[in-house]
Amino acid sequence: MPAKRLITYIVLFILALFMLMPFAWMVLSSLKEVDEVFTYDMTWLPSRISFSGYYRALTEQPFLRYGLNSVLVSVIITMAQLITSVLAGYAFARLAFPGRNLIFFLYLSAMMIPSQATIIPSYILIRKLDLIDSYAGLTLPFLAGPFGAFMMRQFFLSMPESLEEAAIIDGCTRFQVLRKIVLPLSKPALASLGLFTFMGAWNDFMWPLIIINRDTMRTLQVGLSLLRADLYPDWPMMMAASVMATLPIMIAFLSAQKQFIESLTFTGVKY
Amino acid sequence: MRSRWKRLGNEQTKTAFLALLPSFVLFSAFTVYPIFYSLYLSFFNASLLSPMRRFVGLDNYVNLLQNPTFQKAVKNTILYTTGVVPVGIALSLIVAVLLNKKLRFRGFFRAAFFAPVITSMVAVSIVWTWMLEPNYGLINGLLAKIGIAGPGWLTDPSWALTSVILLSIWKNLGFNMVIFLAGLQNISPEINESADMDGVSAWQRLRYITIPMMRGPIGFAAIVSMIKSMQVFGQVYVMTGGGPANSTMVIVYYLYQQAFEFYRSGYASAIAWVLFIGILVLTLIQNRMLTSQS
Repeated sequence: MPAKRLITYIVLFILALFMLMPFAWMVLSSLKEVDEVFTYDMTWLPSRISFSGYYRALTEQPFLRYGLNSVLVSVIITMAQLITSVLAGYAFARLAFPGRNLIFFLYLSAMMIPSQATIIPSYILIRKLDLIDSYAGLTLPFLAGPFGAFMMRQFFLSMPESLEEAAIIDGCTRFQVLRKIVLPLSKPALASLGLFTFMGAWNDFMWPLIIINRDTMRTLQVGLSLLRADLYPDWPMMMAASVMATLPIMIAFLSAQKQFIESLTFTGVKY
Repeated sequence: MRSRWKRLGNEQTKTAFLALLPSFVLFSAFTVYPIFYSLYLSFFNASLLSPMRRFVGLDNYVNLLQNPTFQKAVKNTILYTTGVVPVGIALSLIVAVLLNKKLRFRGFFRAAFFAPVITSMVAVSIVWTWMLEPNYGLINGLLAKIGIAGPGWLTDPSWALTSVILLSIWKNLGFNMVIFLAGLQNISPEINESADMDGVSAWQRLRYITIPMMRGPIGFAAIVSMIKSMQVFGQVYVMTGGGPANSTMVIVYYLYQQAFEFYRSGYASAIAWVLFIGILVLTLIQNRMLTSQS
């Protein structure tokens, strides 16, 4: 039995090493000098730690601006998505109104539509609204979505209704009930949806790629993708930029691992 | 009494209308309208550069299906999917089975396998491009140390798609692993205990107990992986740009090129609808599996 356990550890350890190898290579390369990267005798460790790659990414390349754009876009999308999803989910879960089942069915069906199938008309619409190269253009299509509304509805349905009924008899309006009673009890669902949305927005690539032409409006992912290799590409700078594009999500993941994994598996249908 | 109920009902309708409005407007503008408009556009010869368009019936679809580059893209997408899905699922099942025990460092292992899932596709594609760089990169450097001259992973047409597949397997392994770990929780410990007592080997247990009992999660992971594989784009855009010699040309990259490099919005909408139908079929299979499970 102990021998079997040892084998389990060894196999897992080797596999984990493979999984982490690209991250290690990214971080170690980002700390090298350019000339050290172009040696035929590959080495793991930098001969001395240099932050010049980071310096070049932030000064010669506009990665600071890209980073700010990414933060802004992801925060706007996450906040808006939470608000619109809570409101719509609550309406579907608790309020009776004509056409509810039909509209909900529409939302459910729309979850099967891949984003690539709607991207051309969305682009045309954003262009008609004159929102190319703007934050509005970057965020507008993602401020609400059928998935968030569906997820919040399911969560509200799993909550007991009696508290809300009592508050309504006491004269609260539905919106007061939502703000004062329902929302405080919904923190886990809000955290899941928030994490999932933020990650999707932060890592999204195709939409910002097509909707932005001006360099100052690019997000981190688009900026990164444009670092096309020259004859002697500046790998330390590119790795430094990759570290910066990876770090915020990685820190969030390491500090809330359980919620991250739960949120992603719950939302797995979509991703 | 009746009128009071009616009033309350009207109030509820009004509240519901207000609550649903923001979501519904955006949903209509960026999901419902676009999906029908792209179907409409797919019957026209249309360009993003000009407001003129001409009705061409099914021409776009006919041209598409006869186009050798699209055929190549479909073939490569299928090759990519058959490369990613079975290997990815087998590996993540093995990892999940190994991790489904009381282990030290379990949290560390789980985090290590899951980390690629949450990182951006663009960033990891850049890192892999550098890892696979033929002269100074990590992989060929390691191979050289044991006397093997590694290929030009991304520049050799016979290796490029394989390289993209390897990256994708690595990136998605943790996602399937988590699905499988959840599924393994549902296998009662008594079954494994009695298997232990009967002296069943690890392989037999995997073959005759774990896999049959995990049919649901495996099927679910397979469909999700297939849907994701059909939408592969970021890694191709960053690592190969569809090349060399179209050896990594896939459906979504072809769509992107036709729509946003050549501005052929009608033709590209036909591509979008062919993709949509393919994914729809897979999703319907997935939904059927989900309902039959619960």
